[in-house]
Amino acid sequence: MAEIEIKNIAKSFGNYQALHNINLTIHDQEFMVLLGASGCGKSTLLRIIAGLETATSGEVWIGGRRIDHLSPKDRGIAMVFQNYAVFPHLTVFENIGFGLRMQKLPNAEVERRVHRTAELMHIEQLLKRYSGELSGGQRQRVAVARALAMEPDVILMDEPLSNLDALLRMEMRAELKGVLAESKTTAIYVTHDQVEAMSMADRISVMHQGRIAQNSSPVEVYRNPSEKFVAGFIGNPPMNFLPATEVSKGQWSVAGCQFSGPEAHSGAIDFAIRPEDLSPADTGIAAIAKVVEPLGAHLLVTCDVEGHLFRAVLDSDLALRAGDTIHLAPQQDRIRWFDQNTTQAICLS
Amino acid sequence: MHSRTLPYLLILPVTVFLGVFFLYPFVLVAQQAFTTGAGFTFDNFTKVTTHWKFPTSFKNTLLLAAAVVPVQLALALLMATMVTNMKKGRDLVLYVWTIPLGISDLAAGIIWLAIFEQSGFLNSMMQGLGFIEQPTNLISYQSPMLVFVAIALAEIWRATAIMLVILVAGIGLIPKEYYEAAEVFGAGPWKRFTRITLPLLRPSLSTALVLRVILAFEVFAVVQALGGTLFPVLMGETYKYQFELLNGGAAAAIALIILVISIAATLVILRVLRVPKGASI
Ligand SMILES: Nc1ncnc2c1ncn2[C@@H]1O[C@H](COP(=O)(O)OP(=O)(O)O)[C@@H](O)[C@H]1O
Ligand SMILES: [Mg+2]
Repeated sequence: MAEIEIKNIAKSFGNYQALHNINLTIHDQEFMVLLGASGCGKSTLLRIIAGLETATSGEVWIGGRRIDHLSPKDRGIAMVFQNYAVFPHLTVFENIGFGLRMQKLPNAEVERRVHRTAELMHIEQLLKRYSGELSGGQRQRVAVARALAMEPDVILMDEPLSNLDALLRMEMRAELKGVLAESKTTAIYVTHDQVEAMSMADRISVMHQGRIAQNSSPVEVYRNPSEKFVAGFIGNPPMNFLPATEVSKGQWSVAGCQFSGPEAHSGAIDFAIRPEDLSPADTGIAAIAKVVEPLGAHLLVTCDVEGHLFRAVLDSDLALRAGDTIHLAPQQDRIRWFDQNTTQAICLS
Repeated sequence: MHSRTLPYLLILPVTVFLGVFFLYPFVLVAQQAFTTGAGFTFDNFTKVTTHWKFPTSFKNTLLLAAAVVPVQLALALLMATMVTNMKKGRDLVLYVWTIPLGISDLAAGIIWLAIFEQSGFLNSMMQGLGFIEQPTNLISYQSPMLVFVAIALAEIWRATAIMLVILVAGIGLIPKEYYEAAEVFGAGPWKRFTRITLPLLRPSLSTALVLRVILAFEVFAVVQALGGTLFPVLMGETYKYQFELLNGGAAAAIALIILVISIAATLVILRVLRVPKGASI
C-alpha cells in the first residue's frame, strides 16, 4: 500500500514562491500525471517528494508514514530523470543494479532482478554496453529499468519521454503505461505534453503558477475544465471563448446568437466551446474564415467572430475558402461558461 | 577549397615552434648523452650510474615523489570537493589556495628554510612556548628524517594547488543529475564520492597526476634551498655535472634518465586511469 499524501506543501526560492499550498492525494497504484507549462513548479514538487529538495513548509506522507524528513533512499521511491542520468562509467548491467548494490543485496539477487527488469524493458542484449554506446531511447529504457529494479513503492518520473523523437515517444508511452500497471507501483509522472497526460493518466493534476488548477480524470479535465486556464491549456486547438451579455434570466447573447446559460450570475461571463463541438448550420455564430488548414481527417478553420479569435474543426469535405462567412452551431450540451473576473467555471445546476 | 590543407597550415606555426625549441634541443641533449668525442657510446651512462651518489639520489627522488604526490592528490581532492560545495566565497578561497603557485620554487624553498633553520620561526616559537631550552639545528645530517619532512612539506605547500585547479575544473564538468540519481538510489556522501566523482574524474585525475609526477621527478630548487647536499636528488646531480664538474655528457645522461622515468610513470598513470570506450561523460 503506497498512497501518497501531499499536505500544504509550499516552496520558496529566496523571494520567489514556486509552490503555493499544494494538497494532493495519489491513491495506491494510481498513475498520476502532473501537467503544466514549463516553469510552473512540476519538477520542484516531484523533487520535494523525492527528497532532492526541501519544502519550505508542509508534509509528505507515503503509505501512512511521514517521510519529508527522511533522506531519499529511505522513502521507498525510485526516480526516472529527464536526461536519464544513466551513469556513463558503468555498464548497463551495473546501472540497473546500482541501487541494489547500494542496498548490499547478494550478487545472485542483483543478477536476478537486473535480468528480469532488463527483459521487461527489452534491453537484455545491451547489458554489457556503456551509455555512450546507446541511443536516446535505449538510455531511456535503462533509466526505467534501474527504477523498476528497486521494486519501489513509488516511482517518480520527470518528463521521461521529452528527449525522444515523436514516433519513439508514442511507442514508449504505451509501453511505459503497460509496464507500470503490471508492476503495481504508484506513479507520479511529470510532463508538459497534454497528449502524453491524456493518454497515460488515471488522473491528471493540472498545475499553473505553483498551484494545482484542477485534479480529475483526463475526460473530466477535457470536458469540464475547472477554470479558464485549464480550458485554454488542454486541447489542441484549445477551447474558444466569447464574451456573453445577459438578455433575460438565464438567456445570454453571444455574438448575436442566444443561448441558455447560468441564471442569476453577477458580473461578466464568457461563453466557451471546443472547436470540434461546432458544426456548420444555417443559423449560428457568424464567423469569417481567416485561415483554412486541411489536416486530412479534418479541416481546421481559424475564424474571426466580432474581433475574437475563434477556431472550428470541421468535416474535411466542406468547401470553404479564406474570406467566406459561415454560421457555426455549437453542440448545446458542450457549452461551458466561465466567470470573467475569477476565471472559474460556472456550474449550471 | 583548402579545407583539407587548412588544418595542417594552421598547426604549422606550433609545429615549427615545438621543432625548433623542443625537438632540436632534445636531439642535441640525446646526442651529447650518447657521445664522448669518439662516436656512439654508453660511457656517460655507465659513469653516472656507477657513481656512489647515484643510487641515493635515484632513491631520494622516487621516495620524495612517492611521499608527496599521494598526499597532494588526497589534499587536492578534499579541497576541490570543499570548494565545489561552497555557495559563497568560492572564488576567493580558490584564489587564496592557489597563491603558492605564483611563488617560484626557489622562493618557496627559502620561505620554508626560514621556518626550519636554527634561527627560524619554528625554533623561536617552540622556545617561546617553552618546549625547548634553546634553538637547535633541525636541518642537519643528524636528522635526515626531518630534512625529508621539511622538503616534503614545502613541496606539498607549493604545488598542491596545480592539482587543485585541474580537479575543480574536472568536478565542475560532472552533471548534477548523476549525484541526484545516486542519492535517490541509495548512495550516501562517501559512496557518491567513490562511485560517481572519482570514476567520472578519471580524465582530470590523470592529467593532474601526470603533470605533478613529472614535476616531482624534476624537483630541484626546493631541495637545494632546504637540504643542499644533505638530500641529493637526480636533478641536483644534473646541475652538479653541468655547472660544477663541467661534464655536459654526464648531465645529459642523467637528464635522459629522468625523462625515461617520467615517460614510464606517465604510461602507467594513463593506463590505470584510462576510460573505456563509450564510458566518458
Ligand atoms: N534551485 C532553484 N533556485 C531558484 N529558482 C528555482 C530553482 N529551481 C526551480 N526554480 C524556479 O521555480 C520555478 C519552477 O521550476 P520547476 O519546478 O523546475 O518548473 P517545471 O518543472 O514545471 O518546468 C521556476 O520559475 C524556476 O525558475
Ligand atoms: Mg521540469
